[in-house]
Amino acid sequence: MSMRVGLVCPYAWDVPGGVRSHVSDLALTLQLRGHEVNVLAPVEEEEELPEWVTDGGRPVAVPYNGSVARLSFGVQATRRVRAWIREGDFDIVHIHEPLAPSLSLLTCWSARGPLVATWHSSHDRSRVLTAGYYIAQTAMEKLRGSIAVSEEARRTLIGHVGGDAVLIPNGVRVKDFTPDAHDRQRRRELLFLGRIEEPRKGLSVLIDALPMILNQVPDLSVIVAGPGDDEDIRKDIPEHIDRAITFIGTVSDQRKQELLREVQVYVAPHTGGESFGIVLVEAMAAGACVVASDIPAFQQVLENGKAGRLFTTNDPRSLAEAVLSVLADDAARRALVDRGATRAEQYDWDTVVDEVLDVYDSVRVQGDKVTEDLRGQALGRFAHRAAFGLGRRQGGVE
Amino acid sequence: MSWWWLLLVAVLIGLFGLYLSMTAGRLDALHKRIDTSELALDAHLLRRSSVALELATSGLLDPAGAIVVAEAAHAARTAADGDHRDAEHRQIRAQAESALSQALDATLDEEEIQQVRGAPGGAELIDELAASARRVQLSRRFLNDAVRACVQLRDQRMVRAFRLAGTSPWPQAVELDDSLPPALATG
Repeated sequence: MSMRVGLVCPYAWDVPGGVRSHVSDLALTLQLRGHEVNVLAPVEEEEELPEWVTDGGRPVAVPYNGSVARLSFGVQATRRVRAWIREGDFDIVHIHEPLAPSLSLLTCWSARGPLVATWHSSHDRSRVLTAGYYIAQTAMEKLRGSIAVSEEARRTLIGHVGGDAVLIPNGVRVKDFTPDAHDRQRRRELLFLGRIEEPRKGLSVLIDALPMILNQVPDLSVIVAGPGDDEDIRKDIPEHIDRAITFIGTVSDQRKQELLREVQVYVAPHTGGESFGIVLVEAMAAGACVVASDIPAFQQVLENGKAGRLFTTNDPRSLAEAVLSVLADDAARRALVDRGATRAEQYDWDTVVDEVLDVYDSVRVQGDKVTEDLRGQALGRFAHRAAFGLGRRQGGVE
Repeated sequence: MSWWWLLLVAVLIGLFGLYLSMTAGRLDALHKRIDTSELALDAHLLRRSSVALELATSGLLDPAGAIVVAEAAHAARTAADGDHRDAEHRQIRAQAESALSQALDATLDEEEIQQVRGAPGGAELIDELAASARRVQLSRRFLNDAVRACVQLRDQRMVRAFRLAGTSPWPQAVELDDSLPPALATG
């Protein structure tokens, strides 16, 4: 049964980001399944917009949840949200980050009917509860079903905001990563991905481990891909170690896929703050051997070390040993890669979307539609009540 | 007392009235959400029992298992008729649905499922049963979440004092065993 699905993305469509790519992957997968999908998102450049994306208004850069986000709000955005709901005639509206003060919150406020939400990141208790407790509560109560992308996001929701959520992990488009080079044809390289100055990404742990690794495998080269100023980091690295490292700066999605398909080992030395670890899944899908710190999220994704090698978080010696063990033992490395490929399949969007569709089906009844909620407006409350009273009276006459 | 005191009092009363009216609106929305969730759960339970019955009468199960599933599914269907606001009826139905879950769990082990999947039309039945059982779990979970939110609001002092919930019955969570046979959960 084909459905009309409306997806709401709170962050600018033109700016790459986790939530944004989640929404677009979900939209594409739902379309492949024969559903009609329309995405409402803040848009900067209208020109290259696919026809299934609706412009929710020009985004403004605001500090939000620890970084600068590009959000849309205000009178114009509210008007567009309401028009989108009225004209969309949706069977289900799926709101991402429902409390983000952007199109998401506006949609929660302006719509009623089968609404579903996905919680991506953790919110601070103080921000949600003091800034707009009443608004947040009213908006959340309308959500018929909630999805959390990670156990951490789910715990934040239960503990801080209240309410239950079903855990459905992020999807990966496995086909985009499918390797063309087998293990033995791969370059003997080590890949690091992520913002290089961000301590939680753990680049310093890797650099501290390199002398031990290069001592055993002198011909190994290390690629560091990610935004940030490498001058600062390089000046503390000894000359002979620095020679082995190539800093290549920010990479596009496509370049990232190529890199993961070419290198032998992908290292994730994160020291925390990761709630899921989607890059690990991408690396497994691309056929790279994953070596990662043993934070809970990574243990879970790597099946406690069966689909990739784990080392003690923040311990360069343990990292070095883990990397050396997979480089030295071809058979062990290939076993990890094979297991990883199977593991990645479980995160394929084509599998994940079934669970999302189950949620859609479990919250709606036959003929249910998303409609505009007029009660959110002071005047609308009276309009709604008057119309309701009138309808009842007319019904009585007939 | 000067006039601005009166104005202040009038504004405060106005704000309080707005708060009451908005809270009544929230309650109304929550009750509607519970109603819809109950309907959805009801639909998925019916779907599950009818697929189970279809599976039992398809001749694909072993005869003993078929009888166990058919009886439980039939009991669940019969228990579905009645006034769902009635506490006794709700309890009887919950027991019948739990019994169906247990019957499915006892019958559908790995081997049995492999065998049914191998027969023509068997795979579709198994997939449909698994899908409806998963949806039962989800809709019950979402229903109980709505009930929790509603009870929390109705417990507030203001809501009680001003009887904002009107005559709506106190929301009830649905407790039943809706676990999926492990062999069915893995697909």
